[in-house]
Amino acid sequence: MAADAISADAARAGPQRVVEGLTYWNMPQGVTDTSQHVYHMHMMVTLASAAVGLVVFTALAWTIVRYRRSEGAVAAGFSHHMGLEVLWTLVPALILIAMAIPTTRALLAINRPEPASGQPALTVRITGSQWKWRYAYPDLGINFASNLAAASREASRKGAGTRPSQVANYLTEVDRPLVLPTDRPIRLQLTSEDVIHSWWVPQFGLKRDAIPGYINLVDLVVRKPGWYLGQCAELCGVNHAYMPIVVQAMPAADFDRWAAAERERLEKERYAAQARPWTMEEALAVGQKTYESICAACHQPNGEGIPGAFPALKGSAIVRGPAPAHIRFVLKGSPKNPVMRAFGPELDDRELAGVLTYERQAWGNDMGDLITPEEVKEAR
Amino acid sequence: MNTHVASEGVIGVEHGPPRRWWRWLATTSHKDIGTLYLLFSLVMLFAGGALALLIRAELFVPGLQLMQPDFYNSLVTMHGLTMIFLVVMPALVGLANWQIPLMIGAPDMALPRVNNWSFWLLPFAAALLWSGMLLPQGGPAGGWTFYAPLSSTYGPPSMDFMIFAIHVMGASSIMGAINIIVTIFNLRAPGMTLIRMPLFVWTWLVTAFLLLLAMPVLAAAATMVLADRHFGTSFFNAAGGGDPVLFQHVFWFFGHPEVYIMILPAFGIISEIIPAFARKPLFGRLSMILAVLAIALLSVIVWAHHMFTVGMPVPAQLFFMYATAIISVPTGIKVFNWIATLWRGSLTFETPMLWALSFVFLFTVGGLSGVMLSNVPADYQYQDSYFVVAHLHYVLVTGSLFAIIAAVYFWLPKWTGHRYDERLGRIHFWLSVVSVNVTFFPMHFAGLAGMPRRIPDYSLQFADFNLVSTIGAFVFGFSQLIFLWVIFKCVRGGEPAGDRPWDGARGLEWSLSSPPPYHSFHEPPAPDVIAAEGPPAH
Repeated sequence: MAADAISADAARAGPQRVVEGLTYWNMPQGVTDTSQHVYHMHMMVTLASAAVGLVVFTALAWTIVRYRRSEGAVAAGFSHHMGLEVLWTLVPALILIAMAIPTTRALLAINRPEPASGQPALTVRITGSQWKWRYAYPDLGINFASNLAAASREASRKGAGTRPSQVANYLTEVDRPLVLPTDRPIRLQLTSEDVIHSWWVPQFGLKRDAIPGYINLVDLVVRKPGWYLGQCAELCGVNHAYMPIVVQAMPAADFDRWAAAERERLEKERYAAQARPWTMEEALAVGQKTYESICAACHQPNGEGIPGAFPALKGSAIVRGPAPAHIRFVLKGSPKNPVMRAFGPELDDRELAGVLTYERQAWGNDMGDLITPEEVKEAR
Repeated sequence: MNTHVASEGVIGVEHGPPRRWWRWLATTSHKDIGTLYLLFSLVMLFAGGALALLIRAELFVPGLQLMQPDFYNSLVTMHGLTMIFLVVMPALVGLANWQIPLMIGAPDMALPRVNNWSFWLLPFAAALLWSGMLLPQGGPAGGWTFYAPLSSTYGPPSMDFMIFAIHVMGASSIMGAINIIVTIFNLRAPGMTLIRMPLFVWTWLVTAFLLLLAMPVLAAAATMVLADRHFGTSFFNAAGGGDPVLFQHVFWFFGHPEVYIMILPAFGIISEIIPAFARKPLFGRLSMILAVLAIALLSVIVWAHHMFTVGMPVPAQLFFMYATAIISVPTGIKVFNWIATLWRGSLTFETPMLWALSFVFLFTVGGLSGVMLSNVPADYQYQDSYFVVAHLHYVLVTGSLFAIIAAVYFWLPKWTGHRYDERLGRIHFWLSVVSVNVTFFPMHFAGLAGMPRRIPDYSLQFADFNLVSTIGAFVFGFSQLIFLWVIFKCVRGGEPAGDRPWDGARGLEWSLSSPPPYHSFHEPPAPDVIAAEGPPAH
């Protein structure tokens, strides 16, 4: 019954993306050299633990069955035995040493920089941010933010009309996935611009904290093309559960084509945008797009915020107040609340002007004024 | 009875308990204070348990049904703090208060007025902590580990309530620890040498030193967060030249000894109960004591195994891995010695024994997953996943909490003078031991498949395990109402327990009447009593 309902929901929801190697009972073996080491160490300690557990539980169960007073067992009087005590000190110690040797080897192998393969590593900078990931390829001139997909965000609201099972890829889809080449050394630089996050993709055998003030370096090579999932693993505030990671790994040649096309597209878009006159329609279009990828995480797509946590923008005194104060607030951030940070460094003048106009117009705020990129530039 | 009346009439030396509430407010009796600690802990167990059930209810199915994520985060935070500082620790201190003077033949704790104050700080600390939930911005929501800068720069105002509550709870713990150390060193009956002390007393002696070491460090961490929040310092603020990772080092330097603070007295309890129902002396007393000392020493050099993903140098990761793995050797000695105690015993399975045996089984599960977590490469996946949630609940619920429940069943007849309802005790046990595994075992799988901890919502991949966990949690939670009923009935009345309700139990407390007189061991116990109740000559 329930299974039928779920599959019916899934059919309505549209295509489910094929994700590599999702597991149910166990850790995935993964698709990086690191993840192979990690998986083998995991299986080693799991089996060793199971074996020790089996010995302990068998002995315990034996005593419980065998030495019952109700079956006439009479207590012996012994209270120590040097030989036995030495035995069960030494045997566990030897098991530990036996496991420490391969573990040390694996750890050293994981942390050894990738052998020079002739190619320089592709640098990818990953920045944790409440509550999205920013990905940048400094050598390629590409950078973007990766947000939870709008459909998931909508369905995750308390009291949402849609159930999670009705959404394709609930909480496992983003607006822009991280794209990585396979079989090419990649160097990740992890940092954060607010609190500590942790970038975790089980298929990569990789979890590393993104810490403000630190740049953590991780080398990896992805061995298999496909889609991989992960999410933030360190409690980072209200929407910690809603900053998923989606990685699309593709052969290096495809990646190069993607990167070239992406750069071209970005340039064209920037040029076209600059050329378009700044009208109300243009401002609202730019603004809505920016709002949904940046602001909606807290203030919600309907502008109503979350009572007690995030103020509503619908009917807000700041949004419906004089424009210069509103511009300054978004540009410089809230003087009181660090979560409402300065968006000046992050968004360009057009995006800011657009989102300010959108906020002042949407959800019945109806201020009707058009904020221009020039006004924003002046306020910077 | 005659001497009582006579002395009261003449010089007022024999002061029985004052009347009504004043007795409980002003008491300096270790028995009354022990009772207060245990009752407080029982109340907070249900409060912290209610939080856990709210958490599990939200996690029953994917999506947000009951609450907003920030409220969920404060539930996670308050559940952890409540269970650790207001349930497990007070319960263990309560047991120490009741039992240590009785077990070493002392008339009371060494510092009775300090004892009263240590207890009465706790309800105020609890009120302070919980009142943060009433603020419009919600309760503290950074987890019980309150990592900076989430709790410093980004923390809600209730973080300040939490910081001061931690200070007050820390003061209570430190005073309690000093009292226990002074009592054990100074008030043992003649002939009760250190080496002859019961294991419960030994484990508490070691624990008290760990408390003295760890609690001031927690207070320092909390104070540094407070200073970052209000006094313009930048201990943990990277923008001001501070270091967010420093917080984790300071916190876990407290945090790891803390987990042994919660488990060592549990080891002591189990080492009292198993010999009583096996009718055989504890196997390897000396190696048991040495193992406790070894665990305590190792516990202060392993803190960074909670931080394998922050990006530590490889040699540091190796050091903390080796040190952590070694702890399993003395812990293993304890488990093997318990089994050897059972071996060729004459076992009966009254309720305290059922809980103690399940402790040995299930604590071993948590111990083995602990060894797995010490493996650094594997920990890159386990860290901050539901695997850790499973592990910590196996050692804290089926470890510490089960041992505390076992201790209550074991000593309740001594404290009240009545036998508890054995049938209800068994029902309580079987419901709990099944449901606790239904709750926590599936979490191992959810974690391995990639579910992070501290999330109110998850993708459909993890739906099955969460559904099962929630069902288990509700059965486990409501089963504890039976415990409440058993205690209530036993305090009200019941079959007289007799001085020694368990025929295999040995120890000075069993040489007294049940309940023991309000003032016990005015005169130290006779040497032959100490010899008869103590361990066999080595």
